[in-house]
Formats: sequence, C-alpha cells, structure tokens
Amino acid sequence: MRLKVNAKTHEVNVEDDMPLLWVLRDELGITGPKYGCGIAMCGACTVHVDGGAVRSCSLRVGDVSGEVTTIEGLGSPEAMHAVQAAWVEHQVAQCGYCQSGQIMAAASLLMVNGEPTDEDIDRTMSANLCRCGTYPRIRAAVKAAAAKLRERRS
Amino acid sequence: MSRAGKIARRTFLIGSAAVAGGVAFGIYAYKRTPTNPLLRNLGDGQAALTPYVRLDQSGVTIITPRADVGQGAYSVQAALVAEELDLPWEQIKVDPGPPSAAYYNGKVLAEGLPFAATDNGPLARNARVLGDVGGKFLGLQITGGSSTVPDAYEKLRVAGAVAREVLLLAAARQTGIAKADLRTRNGAVVTPDGRSLSYASLAATAAQIDPPATATLKPESEWRYLGKSMRRIDMVAKCTGTAVFGIDLRMPGMVYATVRTNPRLGGGMKNHDPSAAAASKGVLKIVPITAGVGVIADNTWRAFKAANVIKFDWGPAPYPPTTAAMFETVGTSFVPARQDSRFKNEGNIEAALTGTGVIEAEYKVPYLAHAPLEPMNAVVQLKDGRLDIWTGTQIPMFMMAMAASMTGLRAENIHLHAQMSGGSFGARLEDDYVRQAIELAKAFPGPPIKMTWTREEDMTHDFPRPLAMARMRGAVKDGHVDAYDLSIACPSVTASQLGRQNLSIPGPDVAIVAGAWDQPFKIPNYRVTGYRVPELVPVSSWRSVGASGNGFLHDGFLDELIHAAGADPLKERLRLCWHEPSRKVLEAVGEMSSWGSDPGKDRGRGIAFTLSFGVPAAEVVEVTNTPHGIRIDKVFVAVEVGRVLDPKNFDNQVRGGVIWGLGHAMNAELTHADGIAQQTNYHAFEAMRLYQVPLIEVRALTNTNEVRGIGEPTVPPAAPALANAIFAATGKRIRELPLNKHIDFV
Repeated sequence: MRLKVNAKTHEVNVEDDMPLLWVLRDELGITGPKYGCGIAMCGACTVHVDGGAVRSCSLRVGDVSGEVTTIEGLGSPEAMHAVQAAWVEHQVAQCGYCQSGQIMAAASLLMVNGEPTDEDIDRTMSANLCRCGTYPRIRAAVKAAAAKLRERRS
Repeated sequence: MSRAGKIARRTFLIGSAAVAGGVAFGIYAYKRTPTNPLLRNLGDGQAALTPYVRLDQSGVTIITPRADVGQGAYSVQAALVAEELDLPWEQIKVDPGPPSAAYYNGKVLAEGLPFAATDNGPLARNARVLGDVGGKFLGLQITGGSSTVPDAYEKLRVAGAVAREVLLLAAARQTGIAKADLRTRNGAVVTPDGRSLSYASLAATAAQIDPPATATLKPESEWRYLGKSMRRIDMVAKCTGTAVFGIDLRMPGMVYATVRTNPRLGGGMKNHDPSAAAASKGVLKIVPITAGVGVIADNTWRAFKAANVIKFDWGPAPYPPTTAAMFETVGTSFVPARQDSRFKNEGNIEAALTGTGVIEAEYKVPYLAHAPLEPMNAVVQLKDGRLDIWTGTQIPMFMMAMAASMTGLRAENIHLHAQMSGGSFGARLEDDYVRQAIELAKAFPGPPIKMTWTREEDMTHDFPRPLAMARMRGAVKDGHVDAYDLSIACPSVTASQLGRQNLSIPGPDVAIVAGAWDQPFKIPNYRVTGYRVPELVPVSSWRSVGASGNGFLHDGFLDELIHAAGADPLKERLRLCWHEPSRKVLEAVGEMSSWGSDPGKDRGRGIAFTLSFGVPAAEVVEVTNTPHGIRIDKVFVAVEVGRVLDPKNFDNQVRGGVIWGLGHAMNAELTHADGIAQQTNYHAFEAMRLYQVPLIEVRALTNTNEVRGIGEPTVPPAAPALANAIFAATGKRIRELPLNKHIDFV
C-alpha cells in the first residue's frame, strides 16, 4: 500500500492491521514517534494525519486515509517549528522520550485553537503522559508557542 | 584562588592505614591507577588526555560515563570538563565511553553507610573515604543515588584541567613558545602574538605527552558554564525527534524480538505451545529462554503479535500470591528475629511510653513500578566470537561481567555501547532484559537482534519499590513531642538487588530505614528500628529508594504527634531540628508559603521534611477540599544542595521529583493477584497528569560546602506533605498510600 509520510510517498508491503506506529518505526525507519503503551494511553506515538493528532500505536495502517506527519516532518534541528523552538527555549525535556508526542499534540492544538486557555491546554495535553514530570514547562512552552504563532500571523 | 584551587597530593588516614591519593586528585594519584580505557581503542592521531577527554583531528570528545536517564547527566558532566578545558559550548561532543573501572563512582556507597549525612564525626568521615576507596576497588561504575554531581564535581574539573595542561604543553612544543606565555580560549591555545591553535591541530603532539599529575583549577569567579543555565546538549535532538534512544537503533540486517516470561517472578515455565505463533507472519524463530520464550521476527509488532498467541503453563510464584497475603508476611515481621537495625535509640523510649496517653498508629506503603516510558529493550549481536550490546544501563560493569559469564567470552570481545534512556527511575539498575537478549543472540547468532518488551511485559516484570509497613508509638508532653518510636518492616532492596549480581551485604540494610533513622531531629525519647521482611516479589531501587516510602512513614506520624501536642507543625519541627541547614529549609518553605496565614475556606496546608542523599528537603502543599475531591493548588519546596551547577536543570529536576512523589502518592500502586502484578499498563498506573499539576515554587539554598545531587531528594517529603495537607483541610488522617484508596482527587 501507499503511505505519504512527511511529504514523501512510500510503498509499504504490510498487513492492514499493523499499527501505523510500527510501519513508521520498523518498516520506514522513522523513529521520532515512540512506543510507550500500545493502547493509546500515553501519547508518545502521537503523529498527525491530515493535521489532526492521532495515536499511531492504535491506528491500523489500513485505516490511514490521509497524509502522515511525524515529529521529523514538523521541523528539523535547523528549522524548528514554533512549538519545537518553544520547547527548546523552555528546556522542557528531561529524558525526552514522551516529547515527540507532546510536541505533536501541542502543534495540533495550536492549529485549531490559536489562543488556548489554561483549561484548553490542560484538557488536551493531559492525554500525554510524562513520567519525568516536565508538565509545568510543557504548559509554559505551549503558551509561548501560541504567542509566537499569533505574532507571526498578525 | 579558591580553597580547592590547587590540587596537590594528599593522604587520607583510614584507621591506622594510609591510603595515598584520593578522588580529588583524579585517577592519576592512585598507586594502582586503573588503566585509561580510551588508550585501548585509539585510532591514528587520536589522544586520550585523561579517561574523560579524547582528542583527534576533529576536536575534543568528552567522555560522560554516568548514564543519562533524563536527569541531564551528560550535560552536567560535559560542563564540568568543558569549564576547565575552555571548550565552546557549541563544540561539545559527548560519548558515554566504554565500561571501565576507571569510571568508578566514589560516592554511591556513601548512602549505604550507617552514618547519617549530618554526621561529620571522624567515624562517619572515615567511612565515607572508605566508601570511595571501596568504589574504586570494586570498579563500581554506577549511576544512582543522586551521586553523579557529588562524585564528578571535582573529578571532572580536574580531568578538564589536566587536559588543558597537556594542550598547553603540546602548543609549547609545537611553537617553541614558553608554556607560561600561552593561554587557552574557546577550544584553542592562543599565543602572545594572537595566533590561535585549535585543540584539534594539537592532537598529534598531545598524544606524545604524559599528562601531569597536578593541575590548577579555575577560580569560581572565572566560571562561564557552571552555575549558569546552559542549553542541555540533548535538548534540540529531543525536541525534533532526532535523539536516538536504545529502542530507536537501526542496523543493517537487524531482526526484531520480544519475550514472554512468567509474570509470577521466579516461577519458571512448565510448558508452552508455540505452534500458532510459529505460523504467524514474519516470525523467524521461537526460542526457549529462562522462564519463558523469545520470539524473533522481521518487525517488532509481528513479534508482539506472535507472542500473544503462545499458550503458556506457568509455574507458581515463589511468594504469597496476593497483596493481602504479602502484607500479612510484612505484619508478622515486627519480631526480634527479624530485627535488622536500630541505628537510632535516644533517651528511654520504653519508660516514656508507659502508662496512658500513648499514641499508636500503623502505616502502609505499596509496591510501585518504575514504568519509565521507554520499555526495557536491548540490541544484541553475537557474531564471530564477539558480543555487542547496545542498551541504556546504569550498571555497565555488572553487565559486562554478566555477559562474560553467559557467553564465556573474554572481556575484550564484549562491547557494551551505552545508549540514552527514556527514563529509568532505577529500572536500568537491573540487567534482566539484557540477559534475555543475550539468550536470544546465543540461539540466533549473526544478525543484530533488537529485543523490546511490551508495556505489559515491562509492568509485570518490573522489580518494584518494596511494600512496607510501619508501627509507631509516641507521646507528647507540655505541648511538645516527647517520644517517638518508629518500627519499619520492609524487604531489603539492597539484598535483593545485589543478590542478582551474586553479591551479598554484610550486616543491616540501611535502605530499610533510610529517610527515617537519620532525620536531624532531637526528640527526648526517639527510636527507629528496622525489620527485614523475607524477600517476596524481587525488589529494586526506585527513585529515592528507601526514603521514597520512609519519608511518608516518618514524617506522617511526626505530624500526628505534633497535632496531638497542639503544636504548630512548622514551629515544632523547627524546635526539634538541631541541624542548621535543615532548619533553614524549613524556615524557607514557611516564608514562601506564608505559613500561619489563613489558607481560606475548605483549604489546608501541610508541611513535611525529609533529609535524604545528604539533602534536607522541606515541602508545603496547599489543597482545596472541593465537592468532588481534593485539588492540589500549590507546592512550595526548599532544598539545601551546597551548590547549583545549572539552575534551569535543577529547577526541572526538583519539580519533576515533586510531581513524581505527589503523583504516585495520589493514585499509584502495584498489587498482586495469583502472583501476578495487576496493573499491566498506564490505564491502571498513572501517577499525575498535566491537569492535576499544581503551581510549584522552588528555592535552592546553598549554605553548606557539600555539593549534592537533586534527582531524588524532593520525592520523599511530597507524599507526607500532601497527606498532612489533606488532614489540615478535612480532618482526615490517611495512613496508607496511595491516598486515593481513602479520598478522591479532582
């Protein structure tokens, strides 16, 4: 089957019920999305399908109907997305294992809600687990990224 | 020049024996210097200036032997070396290096000593020096016990200074200019006429020079990195998906695997039927391993899927099958035959606790899983008489010994490549997952095999923080705490963990009473007794180890006694506390939280204090008793760490520790039925999520000269501060964790 990931089309030969996560990681070598729980409880595998955040560990690749964006496609070390830049600025990461998913969740939130309230941030970002406890910095970084994106638009 | 400025040979006296040298000197001062492990694998034109600095035509690589499990160890180790070496921050490259006795940890044994961190008497000091020497001779390259910074603080700066000396000597030799006229700046040696010789260009000459035994450290006033918030060297990679964790490794010809072993730990496998799995798509081989099987496939998910259809007949657990039965064993362990320690015994506790007015209580804490977000994994390749292991580990030397014994290979044919870990919290102080991967490699030699545990395998095979019970008695007199008798019954983490490395501990296990017996309080009649419960489920070190539960046990009941005395919780702790740096942290959280002011309707404030890993930590938690449950509004935390090497990373670690402590206290436990852990994934083992995170205000005090680590010490006081706040807000005293067994949280 054909799968468009980060603006590149791949031909993959896998069964329909393989979760998107494992197609990305083991078949395509795109390892930014992480395996944490396999049951959509931790959010470490979060990617975008047509801009919306999905849990790639629980999405059958056969059910993927749009273009997939992973953390690698959001921005690069040389050209970071505003959310990534805010994450670096606030030194959010500790172990960093959850942060690909956190950043993808935040980027998706800011696409649909440019001025999220504290409650909006809490509601959306609570679906992503961080065992290190970087939550206070995540809150701050989401707000900073939102402000930066608003500034760019105006 | 600062006190530690000039490093000179020194002699420590231990009893009647003199041991030359010391950690302050770097490894060169020891008579039997461990070999610089970098010398073994040097390429053409490479120089190993110290075990921590490798130099070649592409520049300097700093060796960072302590594992980075999220605490920022790579950055702080690099900063210590780079500060002295005058290396530009952007040029820093790190490599965890090979396992080696040269990278022994001289501070990690100190926590196991029966001397309180506040004890500066001669016996305690000598014991700490012996701990350092022991660490050296055991070749203990261990990451843990919040010891990375205390161990590295001087050692790595000296390594950087020695390397700088070598580079100056090399430049002098290359240019003919006297060394005294040369300076280092931004990764280069600068001549008086302004020429700049990059370190890389000096590599070949530097390789010919013997490193000097002495080096002068920079005065603090010239520090550019230490004491400042530096961008962590792994930050951009971790925010762009380009950081490579062990689980992300990819190699040509790699195959993928998982394992299933008996979730009744130690129970063994009676029988299994792999026929359905063998026919499953992508499966290459099904391999029997200790207590289970491994499935090797062409994709991790295919391995998971195949493993799911294997039918197993597991053996019974070698421990009582239910949590209730295990707590029964704990409850019957408060007997003289199981007494392990009584390090604190002041006044006359029996006399003070006769007659009426004795207050009694029983407290409980549960098993807790480490559950780092990256499940345990390893890549192992056994090929042509050579074994390669790629994994995140805090115990590389133990792992090397294990691999040698499993394969019969000599150490020089075993290569351990340390990887970045997605959390650990103590989980990577174990090597069971690597043992399994090596078993797979022996059965399937040739290609690299990436073995990944499912989350369910990880949760049900974790060696958890032990459960524990405490029985307390106490008395108050004239409005003050007069007697406190604390008995703690707990399995021995140290015996369990070292036992898996075929080591044993002589004498008592300090971890059973850590964070309880060693608290800096003067109570007229005060006794702390540890009882060693026979091992039930195998147990291990979990962020803050013994103190993780004992903070709640010790401070929770202290709070009860203070309330019984009718005293103010802060004022009475201050009155009882004899240790000035600890008093200062208590005073600090008092001030930060406006202690004594009215918290408002349905609100309460709780304070707790634990000294662990040498760090006094005090926390005040403010809660609101809402109609739907308890909401944690604010936390104030003050700690004494001697020195803050990176304020931002420090702040992140402190908040992380508070959130870890609060979150697990709120809702996390590992319970057992039929010998199996019942919490198999994060739906049942959550700790704190973002919406529950309170405002956290942090203050670092630096009133002492003891440089301390901060990864763990803020965990122990979090649970009691929360329980004490709930009591203040509701009048309900909860004596068991997790607290949500007795009260709801919003």
